[in-house]
Amino acid sequence: MKLFEYTRAGSAADAVRRFGPGAMYLGGGTNLVDLMRLGVAEPDRLVDVGKLPLDAIEQAGDRLRVGAAVRNSDLALHPLVRSRYPMLARAVLSGASGQVRNMATVAGNLLQRTRCPYFQDVTRPCNKRQPGSGCPAIEGDHTNLAILGTSHACVATHPSDMAVALAALEAEVHVTGQGGDKIVPMPGLHRLPADAPERDTVLEPGDLITAVELPAPPPGASLYRKVRERASFAFALVSIAAVLDVRDGTVTGCRIALGGVAHAPWRAERAEQVLVGGPATGEAFRTAAEAELEQARPLPRNDFKVPLTRNLIVRTLEELTP
Amino acid sequence: MNRVEGRVKVAGLATYAAEYPVEGVTYAYPVQSRIAKGRIRRIDVRDALAMPGVLAVLSSEDPPRLGPAAEGELALFQSREVAYRGQFVAAAVADTYENARAAADAIVVEYEQDIHDVALRADHPNLYQPETVNPGFPSDTVKGDVEAGLNAAETVIDVTYTTPVLHNNPMEPHAALALWDGEGRLLVYDTTQGTSSSRDLLAQTLGVSSEQVRVVSRHVGGGFGSKGTSRPQAVLAALAARAVGRPVKIVLTRQQMFDVTGYRTPTIQRLRLGADADGRLTALEHVAYEQSSTLVEFAEQTTTPTRVMYATPALRTAHRLVRLDVATPSWMRAPGECPGMYALESAMDELAYAAGIDPIELRVRNEPETEPDSGLPFSSRNLVACLREGARRFGWDRRDPEPGRRQEGEWLVGTGVAASTYPARRSPSKAVVTMREGDFLVQVAAADIGTGARTALAGIAAGVLRVAPDRVHVELGDSDLPDAPLAGGSMGTASWGSAIVRACEHLKVNGTVGRADTTEEVARDAELARHAFGAQFAEVRVNSVTGEVRVSRLLGVFAAGHILDAELARSQFIGGMTMGMGMALMEETYTDEEFGGFLRRDLAQYHVPACADVERIEAVWLDEEDDDLNPMGSKGIGEIGIVGTAAAVGNAVHHAIGRRVRDLPITPAKILRARF
Amino acid sequence: MDITLKVNGSSHSVHVDPRMSLLDLLRERLGLIGAKKGCDHGQCGACTVLIDGRRANSCLALAVAMDGSEIVTVEGLMEGEELHPLQAAFIEHDAFQCGYCTPGQLCSAVGMLGEQGPSAITGDLREDPGLTPEEIRERMSGNLCRCGAYVNIVSAIAEVAP
Repeated sequence: MKLFEYTRAGSAADAVRRFGPGAMYLGGGTNLVDLMRLGVAEPDRLVDVGKLPLDAIEQAGDRLRVGAAVRNSDLALHPLVRSRYPMLARAVLSGASGQVRNMATVAGNLLQRTRCPYFQDVTRPCNKRQPGSGCPAIEGDHTNLAILGTSHACVATHPSDMAVALAALEAEVHVTGQGGDKIVPMPGLHRLPADAPERDTVLEPGDLITAVELPAPPPGASLYRKVRERASFAFALVSIAAVLDVRDGTVTGCRIALGGVAHAPWRAERAEQVLVGGPATGEAFRTAAEAELEQARPLPRNDFKVPLTRNLIVRTLEELTP
Repeated sequence: MNRVEGRVKVAGLATYAAEYPVEGVTYAYPVQSRIAKGRIRRIDVRDALAMPGVLAVLSSEDPPRLGPAAEGELALFQSREVAYRGQFVAAAVADTYENARAAADAIVVEYEQDIHDVALRADHPNLYQPETVNPGFPSDTVKGDVEAGLNAAETVIDVTYTTPVLHNNPMEPHAALALWDGEGRLLVYDTTQGTSSSRDLLAQTLGVSSEQVRVVSRHVGGGFGSKGTSRPQAVLAALAARAVGRPVKIVLTRQQMFDVTGYRTPTIQRLRLGADADGRLTALEHVAYEQSSTLVEFAEQTTTPTRVMYATPALRTAHRLVRLDVATPSWMRAPGECPGMYALESAMDELAYAAGIDPIELRVRNEPETEPDSGLPFSSRNLVACLREGARRFGWDRRDPEPGRRQEGEWLVGTGVAASTYPARRSPSKAVVTMREGDFLVQVAAADIGTGARTALAGIAAGVLRVAPDRVHVELGDSDLPDAPLAGGSMGTASWGSAIVRACEHLKVNGTVGRADTTEEVARDAELARHAFGAQFAEVRVNSVTGEVRVSRLLGVFAAGHILDAELARSQFIGGMTMGMGMALMEETYTDEEFGGFLRRDLAQYHVPACADVERIEAVWLDEEDDDLNPMGSKGIGEIGIVGTAAAVGNAVHHAIGRRVRDLPITPAKILRARF
Repeated sequence: MDITLKVNGSSHSVHVDPRMSLLDLLRERLGLIGAKKGCDHGQCGACTVLIDGRRANSCLALAVAMDGSEIVTVEGLMEGEELHPLQAAFIEHDAFQCGYCTPGQLCSAVGMLGEQGPSAITGDLREDPGLTPEEIRERMSGNLCRCGAYVNIVSAIAEVAP
């Protein structure tokens, strides 16, 4: 690990002031310290924002504002999250371990980086870590990498469970930075890799997430489901956050977000479009899932994610159908 | 009896290798090769040496002095040649761990890279027949005419199974703390399964006499074979401590453990089985393809259990090895038996289905009178009794053999069975027992790697001395104690226990001290086939939507001689079965064909079972009296628990979904490809 | 940097390298070897301690960021010579073999027993389910045990759980 300067910020504005070239914000540290130890992250300065007073969960009308420094466990176990956003609670509880969830912050969860084996190993090439060095995963170990929205430069996946639920809930990410304050909608925070896989999100250097705001939950029933070969404490092979509103047998509202399949939480917009206004039947769900997966570009070792995602969409929507 | 070291372990006071308080300790951190084959052109250490706290850099630029017999993975920094990606090529020593690690990162190594070859294939042109397989068995055996047997068979099975690179992954990383005293005597606190053998190998590697070396290993955080032979960390700590004139500590990272502490070779195993109309074998052939490094020939004894298991007029077993630009594979819990029985017992299940015979009945019909390959009588063999008892407990008679019939919601449910076996051996050992103020001190250079050796050995001594076990104190884990074999091959307790029994007997006639050396006694052991046997049953559910496999139930029934301590034995059995479940469903290290070395070198990517994976595991045993083993009548139990588990799970998966996955681990990806 | 933190009730003022983890501070500087290094990346749970009353991976916590924190390690679970009920239950149920994951299991279990609310496998997330064996297994999955003592770990914790 490279030597760095550690400084603790007193407020969000103070944190932004302390930021500079080579600096990084430290939240719970569960991914950043891990990446620093691997040599993947080499900050010159750490600005500790983990103890900023951004740790409240507050009701604002029918919305819920979650401070960026709220710990994952506190988010998942908050009574209002459990009762109004159970999909989010389950997504957060499905991630990592009890210990990690006690440390990890909401902002840090959103900004965690891919677990692609090449990205995590500084002795091998990776376009995300070292732009232009190549992507050996495409020919090599991509078993748990992306099938949607990939590029020739990168097939990494975003590892978060929470972000998948937030994409389905269309949360707003509140950001402050040297350019002032802004609101970034979910989905929309995370980018697809295209020609710049080194950029995970649309945030600019020095931008600091201060809160995540949840709009009122959409009408209908919701579910989060995660698939993994180890029963717990494992990243998703594929996960789904889905909301389905059915009136008189017709789909009136549908949101499907997928994890483990793309560089960002993936909103299955094509499937949603196919479904809304149509019947809530297994056949319709299958047609919708297949419409979404037409754009999949699986690799030889992750081709199973196509039928897995299809099955998962169909089964989850079936379960959500009254 | 509860573990005698239980209190210090739960209190956090048990000292593992890196945990001895030592004044003035410094830290070493290795640099690893970034190529898989070639040679080092130049190592630039200037930047590293200028960094804060740095005391020394070791590398082949200035090869540290080793003994003439130093070899293989332990001959650190002697050669410019690189044998595999991840091999240690240099190391930095500094005042703190942080400084040592940063300095190691600053060492620049330039290579001249050759084209590497790291992929095991059954048609590799460089495959050869090793002279022997671990630890000294013949590579190939033939009895009868396999082709004729297959031609005469009513049912023939010809199947190939593959198992991946597996890593032992004990929870405690390999670590060493080395101190030289003013007289040139070396003390190493090491993570080792055997202090006597570690001392000798370390002395040989360093070119000093065994009397000058002491290895201490009081508590070991698991080994599963990976700490059975000395690993580079002990040599590196000793060399670094000599170089800087201060004690040196080294703790390998989890990632480094994947590279330099051994692993289970991947295997490709072809089995051909023929059976007559009654299911009696007419031929059995088992050929294994496996790898080793260019440094050391390690040939796993993968097909040796097939020499033990079933009666057949024609039996051929063979091993073919290829030397690749990879790290040297080594022992991992039940080397040979574990992967070999996965394949054999899967193939037996396939034969049972092809012949329309119940899998238990098929095994019963092929029960041999004597050991099939050698013709030797068994000292005891209760496989059939294990199968019958397991069937009764598991509810096997209620099973509908037809695959794919049972569904509960999204889950397809299946059950499977497989046999287990593991050799029951012992090695010569010494021991000393001393009476002190009415209590007894047992001294033996044994190791407790989690088996409960202290507790079991105290029980053995107490039994001979006819005193309560808490009056016996066992001192182990120190090469200054009477020489003893390592904790491995499931023969620790049998070997040490034999010596302790004899020492206690000697004490009873001698007064206050008893000494024993079982070298002659063990040499007189009659030639017999000595093995433990068992039967493993699994119930799995396979998710028809996602391909996830969960193990609802595992039952193991074992016949392993006299069980010395029921609580310890049960823990060993279920522990092995848990690891076997990991092998069946999730464990896999990925060989990087492009760059060499391994990928998924951590515990987030190499999945071992977590608490949530283990729903219900039971282990029971049959009383077995066997007077031809050792004074305790015991067979080793550390390894048989993992043998057969993966086959039982795989057979249950087949029963659930009606398809075979012959390539471990059985992941959702493979289930989805096979079935849905 | 200079930090002050409380460990098992005692206050420590130490000068630390910013790169040092809380785990290495405990093990290499304070002589508290109970918290174990198993993976150094939050993937095994052997380093679990309680930070301000909550279970956490001490390998992922930078020591400098712990200024003002209260840490409890396995060494702090005993009351004088008396074992914590979980420590006693682990011995009685043979809930360990090599013992290396044990301190982390114990600290994790202590933290887990203090946590309210559902887990990922709870049916209705508004409910506070009892600690069934299934719930214990899910909640303890951040602590790997390679010896495979899970069956006994779960029964030991179940005995102590309310």
